[in-house]
Amino acid sequence: MASISMTVNGREVSGDAEDRTLLVEFLRNNLGLTGTHVGCDTSQCGACVVHVDGEAVKSCTMLAAQAAGSAVTTIEGLAAGGELHPVQKAFHENHGLQCGFCTPGMIMAATDMIRRHGASLDEKTVREELEGNICRCTGYHNIVKSILAAANEMGGAQQAAE
Amino acid sequence: MGAEGIGARIARKEDKRFITGKGRYTDDMVVPGMKHAMFVRSPHAHAKINGIDKSAALAVPGVIDVLDGQQLTEDGIGSLICGWAITSKDGSPMNMGDWRPLATGKVRYVGDAVAIVVADTRAQAREGAEKVEVDYEELPSVTDSTAAIAEGAPQIHENAPGNQIFDWELGDSTTVDAALASAAHITEMDVVNNRLIPNAMEPRAALGHYNSAEDHYTCWTTSQNPHVARLVMSAFYNVAPENKLRVIAPDVGGGFGSKIYIYPEEIVCLWASKRTDVPVKWVADRTESFMCDAHGRDHVSNIKIAFDSENRITAIKVDTLANIGAYMSLFSSATPTYLYATLLSGQYNVANIHANVRTVYTNTAPVDAYRGAGRPEACYLIERAMETAARELGVDPAELRRKNFITEFPHQTPVIMAYDAGDFGASLDAAMQAADYSGFAARKAEAAGRGKLRGIGLSCYIEACGIAPSQAVGSLGAGVGLWESAEVRVNAVGTIEVLTGSHSHGQGHETTFAQLVADRLGVGIDTVSIVHGDTDKVQMGMGTYGSRSGAVGMSAISVALDRVEAKAKKIAAHLLEADEADIVIEGGELKVAGTDKTLPWFQMALAAYTAHNLPEGMEPGLKETAFFDPANFTFPAGCYICEVEVDPDTGVTDVIQFVAADDFGTIINPMIVEGQVHGGVAQGIGQALLEGCAYDPQSGQLLTASYMDYTMPRADDLPSIDVSTTKTESPSNPLGMKGCGEAGAIGSPPAVINAITDAIGNNDLTMPATPQAVWAAING
Ligand code: FES
Ligand code: FES
Repeated sequence: MASISMTVNGREVSGDAEDRTLLVEFLRNNLGLTGTHVGCDTSQCGACVVHVDGEAVKSCTMLAAQAAGSAVTTIEGLAAGGELHPVQKAFHENHGLQCGFCTPGMIMAATDMIRRHGASLDEKTVREELEGNICRCTGYHNIVKSILAAANEMGGAQQAAE
Repeated sequence: MGAEGIGARIARKEDKRFITGKGRYTDDMVVPGMKHAMFVRSPHAHAKINGIDKSAALAVPGVIDVLDGQQLTEDGIGSLICGWAITSKDGSPMNMGDWRPLATGKVRYVGDAVAIVVADTRAQAREGAEKVEVDYEELPSVTDSTAAIAEGAPQIHENAPGNQIFDWELGDSTTVDAALASAAHITEMDVVNNRLIPNAMEPRAALGHYNSAEDHYTCWTTSQNPHVARLVMSAFYNVAPENKLRVIAPDVGGGFGSKIYIYPEEIVCLWASKRTDVPVKWVADRTESFMCDAHGRDHVSNIKIAFDSENRITAIKVDTLANIGAYMSLFSSATPTYLYATLLSGQYNVANIHANVRTVYTNTAPVDAYRGAGRPEACYLIERAMETAARELGVDPAELRRKNFITEFPHQTPVIMAYDAGDFGASLDAAMQAADYSGFAARKAEAAGRGKLRGIGLSCYIEACGIAPSQAVGSLGAGVGLWESAEVRVNAVGTIEVLTGSHSHGQGHETTFAQLVADRLGVGIDTVSIVHGDTDKVQMGMGTYGSRSGAVGMSAISVALDRVEAKAKKIAAHLLEADEADIVIEGGELKVAGTDKTLPWFQMALAAYTAHNLPEGMEPGLKETAFFDPANFTFPAGCYICEVEVDPDTGVTDVIQFVAADDFGTIINPMIVEGQVHGGVAQGIGQALLEGCAYDPQSGQLLTASYMDYTMPRADDLPSIDVSTTKTESPSNPLGMKGCGEAGAIGSPPAVINAITDAIGNNDLTMPATPQAVWAAING
């Protein structure tokens, strides 16, 4: 058991965890942030994607201790001040989710994807970059549509701000 | 229709919680004092259990108890049941072997549960499970259905000689054989329908909580039908009487059939909670899901289609061997019989059909209904054979189909089903137009210039959905009725709660069911709440599978709404001093037709509850219930066209275009319907190109037990999908709905394989058509 501290969704948190505790377990069990899901045991499905220091990470592939001192954002922390993030909004408007189980990981991966590619994101790139996220419900059609819509909106907003 | 009524393309109400991480799935539930469970599972496909030594496991820190099948039996917990009795053609009942929730005596597949370990943490439970020493005596095993019925195959259940469960037939073999004998042409094929693992993204889970002070059980579980779970756990497994057992299926992360069944784990967690007096939670890891969720398909068939000299079908004869796995799961017997052979007429006018189906035990996970359940197997068989026949006869596959279409309704097939409505030509036309069918030759030539083999394939599917009517399924052997219930509660302030026995695990009922109410009453969908998934809240229901929530579940709501409206009109007529027949409900108001007299909906509701001034003799309150049992199944149908390019050097198939034209009858929310088709088609393309469950034939080990070995369709494996609809209404329910949940998975596999075989010019190809398989088919 060790005490682990990190910043999660802008708040300083700490908790006791065994050395073998994964980041996803720490988030779910210690912090009660159950929006981050576990869909596999081989780091293949992406249901557990969060941001660690601004980058998308599968939280089942990282020990909680490795994230000590880092800034972690989970799906619960994405909507700033109650306002939905454009990616969340796009998933809602484009029916980018059905059962919702893959959705937190999809949204966190998509946010990172848009950050890296901006408005230049195209369908082929989105499909390739979603390689690490499995959805069994949507056939990805509306997930791809949602991500492109969000990229468009965020890219457009970026340009307007520049 | 109104902005939020029937037909409105509106975003889902339930999305908010899922996109913000506030969905609540079984694994998210925490009960004070909760402990964690792991199952000890058989590493062998077939073995005798000579003893279980728990001492090392019990010594693991944090381990509370280790419980086995002996103890479960002593406590009187019953064996798992199959809910549909099938009679063999010789009149004998099916040979059902015993399925104990925890194995005693013998294990019969890799993953068979032997014991449960309860500990303070999940890691401790896992450690404990690894330390339980089971003394196994290995037995020879068999995983393949053909091998399992061969002479000398290992015997899996004592009471199923030769491993055969039943040998069943449907239709008249004499007339079929006569038609075959006088046929101008016969197309014959051997067809394998590959075994699949459903893979809902949320692994199965159960949290059992026995409250000793109340002598009451609560079970949170990943179920598509919590009421049926309660019913069977009470009536057959002796967990607790229904009034002492509450089953809650909170948010459920996809089902596709695999969460219909009541598995050993729910039963054992509830029982273990009583034994240990702590709440017990079990969550499957993905490996367990692969091993122990009910698998799908796994048919080996032969089909013969006979044609006359005009290319009209005169007979269809089918022989199928279906792998049931090690135990008979809840609907396992219905899937390869009444959900399969009854659809062998396809969209075609066929006078003579005969099907023979044998089912067999093997040392594999139980096989049961998976998205489509029997109907994809029928469709794949018929539609591959039709495409093949067209090639053999030298006619256009679309025109061969069109020539044989059923065009008059109702139509009685020779295999039980009476199709009530449809326009198969309309969906074929719509798909051909969307796919630019006539321009295909030019595209093929262009692709050839790039060294690619381009092919096009069709599939005209039909399915029987809205699984019901109770009397009909009862006469065919079903152990339950398949109606649905609804209760519409109008609150004193006019807001509305709809309690439904349907269960949403991705289908968007919280939106579409509210749209129905909005349509009828003219209120906003935000004033309507949908309550489901909890046996303490909803009295009884049959759950969601077989694309039945619209046609049966919403129809029940519709009937309950009729009753609510009738009473509301009486109240309004009384208060407005008008004739009841003149009251219309519109835009959230009750109006006297032809006058400007109106009563807001909420005032009528308030009047129902204050009861100060109601019509004489009327009871206060406004709440109505309905149990809807339709007169017939519904018959969604459509046409799918797939266009592929194959690289002859690598065997890699690229799906260039996929067109779906479906007739689902009335559509409540087109956006949600399109999403259902996308998802179904993705699963169908997955079956055709990528997915295949594999067991090692010698050891019986599951070779595809992770996402590294079982190929799930990923975003870059799939094309965008062109979805459109045509419409004929089902006359069998008040809304004219047919159901849309399974069509994609049913119609798409033959379209994909027909396209590939067209591209490569070799019809000898089985699913999944991996690059290796396609390359081999090209290169002989
Ligand atoms: S749970 Fe992390 S990738 Fe599947
Ligand atoms: S929405 Fe269900 S797995 Fe993606």
